[in-house]
Amino acid sequence: MGFITELKELLKNNVRDYGMYIALFVIMLTFTILTDGLFMSSRNISNLLDSAGYIAVLAVGVMIVIVIRHIDLSIGFLAGFLGAISAILLMKVGLPVYVVIPIILLIGLLIGLTTGTLVAKVGIPSFVATLAGWLIFRGALLRVTEGSGTIIIQNDAFNAIGNGYIPSITQIGGLHLLSLLVGVLGIILYIYGALSKRRKMLRYNFEVVSTPIFILQLVFVSAIIGYITWILAGHHGLSWTIVIILLVVLIYHFITTKTVIGRHIYAVGSNPEAAHLSGINVGRITLLVFGSMGLLSALSGILFTSRLQSATTTAGTLFELDAIAAAYVGGVSSAGGVGKVTGAIVGAVVMASLTNGMNLLGVGISYQYMIRGGVLALAVIFDVMTRKRGK
Amino acid sequence: MSEYILEMDQITKQFTGVKALNNVNFKVKKGEIHCLVGENGAGKSTLMKVLSGVYPYGTYDGNIIYEGEVQKFSKINDSVNAGIAIIYQELALFPDLSVYENLFVGNEVQHRGIVDWNQTIVESKKMLEKVNLRVNPETLVKDLGVGKQQLIEIAKALSKDVKLLILDEPTAALNEDDSENLLALLKEIKKQGITSIMISHKLKEVIAIADSVTVLRDGNTICTLDAAKGEINENIIIKHMVGREITDIYPKREKKAFGDTILEVNNWSAYDSQLGKQILRDVHFRVRQGEIVGIAGLMGAGRTELAQSIFGNPKSYKLKGDLKVDGKTRSFKHTSDAIKAGIAYVTEDRKGDGLFLTQDILKNISVANLHEISTSGVINENEEIKVAEAYKKDLTIKASSIEQLVGNLSGGNQQKVSLGKWLFVKPKLLILDEPTRGIDVGAKFEIYTIMNSLIEEGMSIIMISSELGEVLGMSDRIYVMADGEIKGELSSEEASQEKIMQLATQ
Repeated sequence: MGFITELKELLKNNVRDYGMYIALFVIMLTFTILTDGLFMSSRNISNLLDSAGYIAVLAVGVMIVIVIRHIDLSIGFLAGFLGAISAILLMKVGLPVYVVIPIILLIGLLIGLTTGTLVAKVGIPSFVATLAGWLIFRGALLRVTEGSGTIIIQNDAFNAIGNGYIPSITQIGGLHLLSLLVGVLGIILYIYGALSKRRKMLRYNFEVVSTPIFILQLVFVSAIIGYITWILAGHHGLSWTIVIILLVVLIYHFITTKTVIGRHIYAVGSNPEAAHLSGINVGRITLLVFGSMGLLSALSGILFTSRLQSATTTAGTLFELDAIAAAYVGGVSSAGGVGKVTGAIVGAVVMASLTNGMNLLGVGISYQYMIRGGVLALAVIFDVMTRKRGK
Repeated sequence: MSEYILEMDQITKQFTGVKALNNVNFKVKKGEIHCLVGENGAGKSTLMKVLSGVYPYGTYDGNIIYEGEVQKFSKINDSVNAGIAIIYQELALFPDLSVYENLFVGNEVQHRGIVDWNQTIVESKKMLEKVNLRVNPETLVKDLGVGKQQLIEIAKALSKDVKLLILDEPTAALNEDDSENLLALLKEIKKQGITSIMISHKLKEVIAIADSVTVLRDGNTICTLDAAKGEINENIIIKHMVGREITDIYPKREKKAFGDTILEVNNWSAYDSQLGKQILRDVHFRVRQGEIVGIAGLMGAGRTELAQSIFGNPKSYKLKGDLKVDGKTRSFKHTSDAIKAGIAYVTEDRKGDGLFLTQDILKNISVANLHEISTSGVINENEEIKVAEAYKKDLTIKASSIEQLVGNLSGGNQQKVSLGKWLFVKPKLLILDEPTRGIDVGAKFEIYTIMNSLIEEGMSIIMISSELGEVLGMSDRIYVMADGEIKGELSSEEASQEKIMQLATQ
């Protein structure tokens, strides 16, 4: 098989996975041209990723909820509510940051487990249970903020989570050294991972792509990581938000692909009855997934509150829908059992790029909503079409 | 016009990399009953999907000549309009609607969009008479047995001026009485000039009813046999299906040595609070080590319910009675407890609650025993691949690799994946619920051989089966169930078809 033929085959067979990246690339390229390069500037990309953070974190959580055939509508206001609680604990109670963050994460986990109990043990449909949560947390957010209104946070350590950058060590030619090192490390880890996976596949006589294609993949992905690092290094380097997203992605990617729990999650999503008959405790998995959703909602609340450096009465409005949209753009299937952590993140970045790019171009908010709705519909249409062909 | 109503000429259908049909020729004479037989994965269902337009014109090579004209069906409706009706193994009825609503769905008796229900009921009574089905048309379909549901499907097809009726394993889910009724009905339909194509694995039925038999193997037409020329008999068909003679389809075990009782159930009762029905009553039985215990009975006798009530009770029946495993009284809260105690259950409905169709063979085989191949919750992927490869080889699962999705495998191979998954938990007692349903003769034989070798390794097996031959051929002891009770116990020496049927119809 020739190089070009194989490349075509590869693209055709993995069109859903690659399609998402191609769409992201096209969107970015379009905005870069339309804004005369402003879109791809260091400052803008850094800003874009930081503003995608709190939705990306929610998208990862809700992607897994959708994989097990449930939904969670309460996550937006839960994030808003927990953000407000963290502001109160910091400013009114006066607790230090390193105490506040674990407390907030723990509360998020407990609330998630409560929702999970309603769904898994009591048997309430998740749509209804979390719609109730949506109302309750919205009320709770108003209750804790209506006395004081917006709570301004004057705590540098907390505010750094959403606005700060990792230390630089030193600058090289105006570039941020530590960020560059992280990027280089990322490339090395990626190449090492890809090589060892390929070796394993070859050992078991699995089908692998030919060497030139494999090298092309390595070069392509390395170039992207390198390019993004280079861009970011030009403006204060990696932000703490990006570091947190990377950690969430690494941990959740690992859990969903390499662990027993991850396998059980996809089994429950793929066929709950068969999962039960295979000795998997479907209720416990459901509980766990909602618990993780609560934890990530708390993290999202912290990221958002820190980014605004304040807690507002409307924080978290419509976050849940942005996160669900991102998960669907990222290829999760509502039939259950299909979805990837990396997909959810890319989905979140696609949606954030659209917002950011249209803001730069001065597109009216009315058109922005319609265009984002169109992109969501297109992504799901594309998904359904490619899945049909796969059968 | 030619004597053939249907000629499928040089049909080739490819899926990514696999030739499912290879220049298949299939000719059906007007007014005959034509049976299509072959191993699972031979291409029967694919051929029928090509015919009915599920795979539209252009996705296959070759010609379909129907009633003298080349047809280019681009969707299922095209074939329906041409008078071709297919009745699938999985019935396409609405369980929560009544019989008459089901009969007229999509074809309502209406005046300007308003349905005339009275007229509908009158018409539906006439339709039910045509298929000799005596039920009140207002009955909900879910309250009828599978046999009657099938007749409703046929009645529906007949009402649409069908010329060619295709039945995909119509008797697979039926008991013997219902099967006989159905075959008698097919003969009657034939008198009205309607041509039928029947896909079946039950050769006795094929021999009883077929005017012609076409045998497919590995996507090729092997031969077409003609009853008028006396060409149809069991040995010939089987020979063509598998390409080799099968003299004894139940492999014998040489030495039989039974050990201690490993499972004992006493005064066992179960109540389904959702259905409000007592499903098991005062059941007693035991299984010894190294023994195959057959559980025979007709549909709805409570056999699957018995198995599931022992295997961790996933449907949450209210249970009473005493369950002993290895002499110790146990009460399993979850299927995982039963698995830990050494029990495995291969379900009757492998697509419904057995397999993960959207996942590959690898993940299906490892799913019930991931802890064995993981350290602190992290799966050792190398081990997992080795395990899956080993079962693929041992059970001769036919697939391009263990990364193939289970949903794309044939029935026999899916059943082997199910079996592999449960062998990997290394059980002491394997419960097989209808282990060979919808599987061809060759794969059946392989599964029987696997069962025997498991027994020789010291395992015990409970085999639930509706096929009398299988129960008689494989079991060391047989319990016969009816109406939620065990009606009798037979040793393999004293058991016979008549004795079992007598107990099962009590």
